Amino acid sequence: MTQALDEIKIGGLGSSRKRVEDNRFIRGRGNYVDDIVLPGMLHMEILRSPLAHARIRSIDTSKAWEIPGVRLVLTGEMMATRNLAWMPTLSYDTQAVLATDKVRFQGQEVACVVADDPYIAKDACEAIVVDYEPLPVIVNPTQAMAEGAPLIRDDKENQHDNVVFDWQVGDKDATDRAFEQADLVSKLDLHYPRSHPSPIECCGSIADFNRATQKLTVYMTTQAPHIIRAAVALVAELPEHMIRIVSPDLGGGFGNKVPVYPGYVMSILASILTERPVKWIEDKTGNLISTGFGRDIYLHGELALRRDGKILGVRMHTTSDHGAFFSDAQPSKFKIGLMHSAFSCYDVPAAHLTARGTYTNKAPGGVAYRCSFRVTEAMFFQERMMQAAANDLGMDQAEFRRRNFVRDDDFPHRTPFGFLTDSGQYGKCLDVGLAAIGYADFLKQKEEATKHGRLLGIGISTMTEPLGAGNSREYDILGIKMFDSAELRVHMTGKAILRTGAKTQGQGHETTWAQIVAHELGIPAEDVTVEEGDTDTAPFGMGTYASRSTPVAGAAVAMVARKVRAKARKLAAHLLEVSEEDIEWELGRFYVRSSPDRGVTIQECAMAAYSNMPDGMEPGLENVAYYDPPNLTWPFGCYIATVEVDPQTGVWDVLNVVAVDDCGVRINPMIVEGQIMGGLTEAYAMASMQFITFDTQGNCIGSNYMDYLLPTAWETPGYELHEVVTPSPHHPIGAKGVGECATVGGPAAFVNAVMDAIKDTGVRNIDMPLLPDRVYEALTQRHDVSGAPPVRTDD
Amino acid sequence: MYPSRFRYEAPRSIDDAIALLRQGAGEAKVLAGGQSLVPLLKLRFAAPELLVDINNLPGLDYHRADPDGTIRIGALCRHAELERSTILATRQPTMAAAAPLIADPVVRNRGTLVGSLCHADPQGDWASVVTALGGHVVAQGANGRRNIPVAQFVTGPFQNVLAYDEIAVEAVIPAPKGTVAGGYLKLERRVGDFATAGTAVALEMSGAVVTRAGIALTGVGGSTIDAAEAAQALVGGPLTADSIAHAADLAAQAAQPRSDHRGSADYKRHIVRTFVERILTRVQPSTERAA
Repeated sequence: MTQALDEIKIGGLGSSRKRVEDNRFIRGRGNYVDDIVLPGMLHMEILRSPLAHARIRSIDTSKAWEIPGVRLVLTGEMMATRNLAWMPTLSYDTQAVLATDKVRFQGQEVACVVADDPYIAKDACEAIVVDYEPLPVIVNPTQAMAEGAPLIRDDKENQHDNVVFDWQVGDKDATDRAFEQADLVSKLDLHYPRSHPSPIECCGSIADFNRATQKLTVYMTTQAPHIIRAAVALVAELPEHMIRIVSPDLGGGFGNKVPVYPGYVMSILASILTERPVKWIEDKTGNLISTGFGRDIYLHGELALRRDGKILGVRMHTTSDHGAFFSDAQPSKFKIGLMHSAFSCYDVPAAHLTARGTYTNKAPGGVAYRCSFRVTEAMFFQERMMQAAANDLGMDQAEFRRRNFVRDDDFPHRTPFGFLTDSGQYGKCLDVGLAAIGYADFLKQKEEATKHGRLLGIGISTMTEPLGAGNSREYDILGIKMFDSAELRVHMTGKAILRTGAKTQGQGHETTWAQIVAHELGIPAEDVTVEEGDTDTAPFGMGTYASRSTPVAGAAVAMVARKVRAKARKLAAHLLEVSEEDIEWELGRFYVRSSPDRGVTIQECAMAAYSNMPDGMEPGLENVAYYDPPNLTWPFGCYIATVEVDPQTGVWDVLNVVAVDDCGVRINPMIVEGQIMGGLTEAYAMASMQFITFDTQGNCIGSNYMDYLLPTAWETPGYELHEVVTPSPHHPIGAKGVGECATVGGPAAFVNAVMDAIKDTGVRNIDMPLLPDRVYEALTQRHDVSGAPPVRTDD
Repeated sequence: MYPSRFRYEAPRSIDDAIALLRQGAGEAKVLAGGQSLVPLLKLRFAAPELLVDINNLPGLDYHRADPDGTIRIGALCRHAELERSTILATRQPTMAAAAPLIADPVVRNRGTLVGSLCHADPQGDWASVVTALGGHVVAQGANGRRNIPVAQFVTGPFQNVLAYDEIAVEAVIPAPKGTVAGGYLKLERRVGDFATAGTAVALEMSGAVVTRAGIALTGVGGSTIDAAEAAQALVGGPLTADSIAHAADLAAQAAQPRSDHRGSADYKRHIVRTFVERILTRVQPSTERAA
């Protein structure tokens, strides 16, 4: 008789157990970088450039040094004497730590002050006098590429223009042929505005260099502590074993906390120079104007169409704005990230993508804001192009998608740009979504409303995206392959500690990793402690971003648990006095095949590992696993929104939103749903209100939360969530990434809905954000509204 | 976000507060709800030498209606209290409409109506409402109290007429004659955002005839705009589709918006026209609308 445990009861796979980390977060007992106070700690503040492009004539720090309590003032010149004025970026460019020759964007780091308290440090920053010689400013790619444009990166020897790269992928000849055969070519020009991940906790660090032990400990806001350790070892030329990076509780990341920022480097040097711990905590404006932004890219897209709705080919040309330094934090081997994951869910025979990157006088550090790099843009462009094409064909937008989907029996499928998708039920997801929103009824309602001058619209967005960076063929960071790791140690009473190379920042790893262990070993989830973020204790891993934790580290957790189970099986055989081949496993228990009543629990095996192991067996019950995924995971999302546009004001209200996500097997459905709702909210924000723009002088509009808008509970619409489950064929527990799906697929659903509502005007496009004045302009002027919202002045 | 050094005092009587302001000799600021002042301090846009916190002063956290219908709002009456007020809900539709639209719920818990008037932000909703209602501010100084009509109280963006040793202790909405009607509408990109445009409309009616009208505009000029001509056009007759459209046009003409990233000047003017029209159309008795 078997006695298998009820998996849901022990918090295993599929259990919506409450997040264990919330206990301390809700009670205000989290431990963020700014909560850490070390004896003798000093405080650092950064002086930033008020100008977007200017030569630095001189920096006078003498008044700052005179202020009591000031311990150190650093300038670029002083950094340069230690070869630290510049640092390498993750995209093989260089970035200024403190400006030496020029400032290249508003908010660039010019000097820093270390003092007894942050008030003094701030006062001293204001006492520094910088003499700037203003230079002409470039705020968009058109200006960057213009004849005679000022050279932003005159520091680089072979750089003679403002082009960062030209790159292409796909088959140009085949694509040209496809366009020659087309009945119809649908064209669309789009802009994905600059946005910001904007975690509530800004960036910060406490560097603590101990002269006696020669050890450098850095507490910092990073999504990838081991990468940082490697970078610090390389940049600061310190021995790697003498560096300890600790990423404590993080107040969100969303990609913003992947890069190495100048503030971290300065705090490290400041600690080495002062021999005191130095804390740097960025303020909100500093975070918004100087750290990794998202998007800021233009598309010219074309679809070659057959009259019956079949897509024959796709052309895309993107122009991206990288700011002053090419410090995109992306691990793929492709210059424009995964832009060429576009159209992966559609059967498109030929495709060609060209991409140009440009330097501008704007903040650097494009990051994958809640996405695998450029996937958000790829899917937005794809789904806007799909809607425009359906309209051009005069075809129903759902039917047009369905006709072009890769069929369920057509996997593995080579995507138009060369990725390999492995599974999916795209048509089924769309059907579930259309049924949930009441598609046919809504179309009737819309028709009726039109008669009364009301404007209703429905927008669909369907996409599969590559998640889980990544397999080592296509990904690395500074040459390091993108595997991940887990280490599991089962104590003698059957409790356990699990450490991984990922780093939770709100995703709930402390809850979900324990569930995978529960699923594999039958140890109740509540008996498993999960620890991440300390490079002295965690196994080497690549961190958490790009929805890679579950696909990669989560797989490593399953694999290490299986290794532990393999040893436990030997212990069970020993305890049951049978050979290993006669042992069967059920959740939480080994038993004798011929006599199921005779069994031992995993806890009994654990005790035996420390007290009664067989002769010749190494004591203990622990292991470590490194996992290099064979492929990406390919979740699918179908997002449908309905809206009503007020024709008098351009204000639009969301009526309903339906999300159907196929992320494979769900570890914790509640957490998955939370991820999807959060992602949809960020999608709604980008579609409706968010942008960072710049005036002609390079002044950043969007430097605080009065200008850069985060939606509140007040305006955030409600969501109806559905699921379809197609397990990943290669992931050990069939899971796929999901954290970013709704952020990636959501924006096009909202924009398509508004565009559908105003379809009769003939307007093809309004670029995000769809602020009421832009919608009103399209409605009344009957023309496209393109580009970033202008910083208008009447002067 | 570290403010410059300042001295902080929290007096327990209004006389002490006034004495401290006098000591401050123009370098002191009064702290009530702090929802505008504290951000300015943190950004170092404001760097007063002395902060006089009036939150400990007794007897200022009220709003009430006098027997004649005059409404009085004390200097420490929070927006949230006005949002929940049955006095406003039953007697003062313009204020009742505006109260839940002030900033966001967190700001409403601390911020004050009188503080909002003193701050004189052209984006301030209450200044438009009180202007449309023809209200005044009661200022107290060493020599006693004086009443200042709100139209004269605000002298420009972020400027008011208070002497440096005066404290605004109360806002007063005069008793209406006849029945009251009105409303407040604002367009904002998100709750808590500054208004793209806002309109306050306050009417007193005798039967179907408008006996007094006030229209004031938020966020479409260097300071709160009193669209007196638009309001005057409504007085003396009933609300008709024509009179409403005419007043809305005049209000739009009174607006002096600037184009910015919230919208073009033309768009803002259009919103003023649309909102004035919407409020008046809602107010208009349904029988007349049918006629």
